[in-house]
Amino acid sequence: MTSLDPRQELAQRLELDQVPPANFASPDDVRTRLAAQGYLSDEAIASVTFLADRLAKPVLVEGPAGTGKTALARAVADATGARLIRLQCYEGLDESKALYEWNYRKQLLRIQAGRGEATGEEWSHLEEDIFAEEFLLRRPLLEAISATDPVVLLIDEVDRVELETEALLLEVLSEYQVSIPELGTVRAHQIPMVFLTSNNTRELSEALKRRCLYLYVGYPDVARERDIIVERVPGISSALAEQIARVVRSLRTLDLKKAPSVAETLDWARTLVLLGREEIGDEDAAATLHILLKYQTDIDRATKELLGRGKTVA
Amino acid sequence: MLNLLGDFIAELRAAGIPVSMTEHMDAARAMQAIDLGDRALVRAALATTLVKDGDHLPVFYTAFDVFFSLRSWSSAEELLNPTEDETSAPTGANAPGPRRGSGGASSTMSAEELAELLFRALRDGDANALRRGAGEAVTRYSGMEPGRPVGGTYYLYRTLRNLDLENLERRLSVGEVGELAERLARDEARARVEMLKAEIEREIRERLVEDRGSQALAKSVRKPLPEDVDVMHANREEMAQLERALRPLSRKLATRLARRRRRRRRGPVDLRHTVRRSLSTGGVPIDLRFKPPRPNKPEIIVIADISGSVASFARFTLHLVHAISSQFSKVRSFVFVDGIDEVTSLFEDADDPADAVARINAEADVIAFDGHSDYGRAFSVFHDRFAKDVTRRSTVLILGDARNNYHQAHPEVLADLHHRARAVFWLNPEPLGYWNSGDSIINQYAPYCDRVVECRTLRQLEAFVGELA
Repeated sequence: MTSLDPRQELAQRLELDQVPPANFASPDDVRTRLAAQGYLSDEAIASVTFLADRLAKPVLVEGPAGTGKTALARAVADATGARLIRLQCYEGLDESKALYEWNYRKQLLRIQAGRGEATGEEWSHLEEDIFAEEFLLRRPLLEAISATDPVVLLIDEVDRVELETEALLLEVLSEYQVSIPELGTVRAHQIPMVFLTSNNTRELSEALKRRCLYLYVGYPDVARERDIIVERVPGISSALAEQIARVVRSLRTLDLKKAPSVAETLDWARTLVLLGREEIGDEDAAATLHILLKYQTDIDRATKELLGRGKTVA
Repeated sequence: MLNLLGDFIAELRAAGIPVSMTEHMDAARAMQAIDLGDRALVRAALATTLVKDGDHLPVFYTAFDVFFSLRSWSSAEELLNPTEDETSAPTGANAPGPRRGSGGASSTMSAEELAELLFRALRDGDANALRRGAGEAVTRYSGMEPGRPVGGTYYLYRTLRNLDLENLERRLSVGEVGELAERLARDEARARVEMLKAEIEREIRERLVEDRGSQALAKSVRKPLPEDVDVMHANREEMAQLERALRPLSRKLATRLARRRRRRRRGPVDLRHTVRRSLSTGGVPIDLRFKPPRPNKPEIIVIADISGSVASFARFTLHLVHAISSQFSKVRSFVFVDGIDEVTSLFEDADDPADAVARINAEADVIAFDGHSDYGRAFSVFHDRFAKDVTRRSTVLILGDARNNYHQAHPEVLADLHHRARAVFWLNPEPLGYWNSGDSIINQYAPYCDRVVECRTLRQLEAFVGELA
């Protein structure tokens, strides 16, 4: 039994003339090309991105805030020369904001402009007319599906929408098509890469998870975080970056309300460079800890644990 | 190949990870799309297609190591691609050979030499030397006996005990001055020693796989998912896991409940909002707007047994109930052993329920006599002091195993509380089968409870608390 390549199969279903070539040759290819965009991936990220491309499936990226979930989608778009289309999810998002909406005001104008002549047969013309593509407002999902140039679709913070609204996404995610009752089905003209991100504030539905590949992006290990700092903070020495990465790792092992994210680590690194430090002394650390930690209780705890302050002297 | 995948998925399901048919097919497809010689890539591909929850990944990795152990890797590869040119990878027959050989060659090493080898490997981050050292350590210290149906925890313990890891950690972290630098060096040393531990654990597992085969071993090393761990019998590691799982769990629960409450019922029509919306449709009110409903929030009274055996269960439940306290009009908490004390103020003062829970043991005055739970006395005292506060709006939540140490039960007190309250629920962390055995008298109290619920795992606890709100 020879089974079809997943990309071929999807191309057939979408009735494309030819199978769009895959974007990446291997996980290593993903790694180098993302690195060229300033995004340092690890093995899991590279493998999953590669597979998503090869299997033509969306990727659900989960993990703590500030670990580069959104940045991954942006980097993939840049690396493949595609346009990034972003759907920011929020509570109350509905299909008129996510998929499409009829331009009601424009339709009304069209009817009013033709008033007087619209009787009998002409009405049916008019009706056909006002439900044409011209009066359609494309929202991000439809935009991504109907695009003819290469696109990467990013559905950001999908855990913010209600469980019921998730269902809106299912057709797009599994079939790469959108059904509009008045117009028919709009199929994708190419195979876009799709990324969904979630901060895990609620359990996503099984149906959604089943349709996606899953990628958990945790905090980077010391070596990778050091490389990220060196890459993103100009003029920093490798030794300082290493030290920063180690301090942050130690902080993350403490029981804090909000562990420092990669973004905050970078802010801290920039501050230290601006201060002209080559090495973090106890004083510098105590003075700048508020850049990494956003709660007073966290700062107190970190100062006590890492710097040995606040201990009662017997 | 499909058989191997099938067996692997059966094991994942047995461990509690839900794997659907579609996901099975995706995994099979992914296997076709990648280079099967790359173990890390295969692992990533299986993880991404089969596991859809970050908390399940550790269980997946354990199962993967057992089914696709490093040693059997080259032979599995041969099995998967019989036609592939095998010049690059060593074949199954001799793959373990060289490793065995090197193990044999270095077995002349003295204990000091081994310690030195491990120290250097960790200091320089030399993965090969570390692997060799771990292999040597296992050969030397674990005292493995073939054919025994064990999961290897004991072998791991024996090996680690002989290695004197504390000394190793100390040696790795010397030579730094200043509080911060010292602390960083210590953390770094600890991380490296953890690497060694992981390496030794892996080595033991590989040898066990060789000895007994993947499927038999998988059963012995299978660990429950965090939400299925039995709270009363959790070991230290599992307890830490539970503590970590609790915060995101309560956050998720709170989000879900808040949403449900907001959407559950519509209030009266909000005229102002409706008129405003109608402006865009020429004054025709197409889109009716409603006022948010007046929430009907219950008042919760928690009465928790915090004696040794059920203390951790009480802690988890108190944490969870208080984390979603915005869903209730009021939460009052009482803890008891043979005396009873109110701890509501601890939770009101702390901005994090975890802090309050940590203070309960130190600050609550719960021991009146001998420090053995006395439900009858606790209920009586509660009744005397607080019965007037129990009203038709209060839901009473009792946490405990009803092991009364043969004291007086006083069920009539609970009967009166039941009469006053809106509802009385009892959460029992013991398995259903143990109820009413020995000094457990749950049956005497059960008639006066609206429900008695078995609540052994976080999953059951979350489900119950979710229903409550």
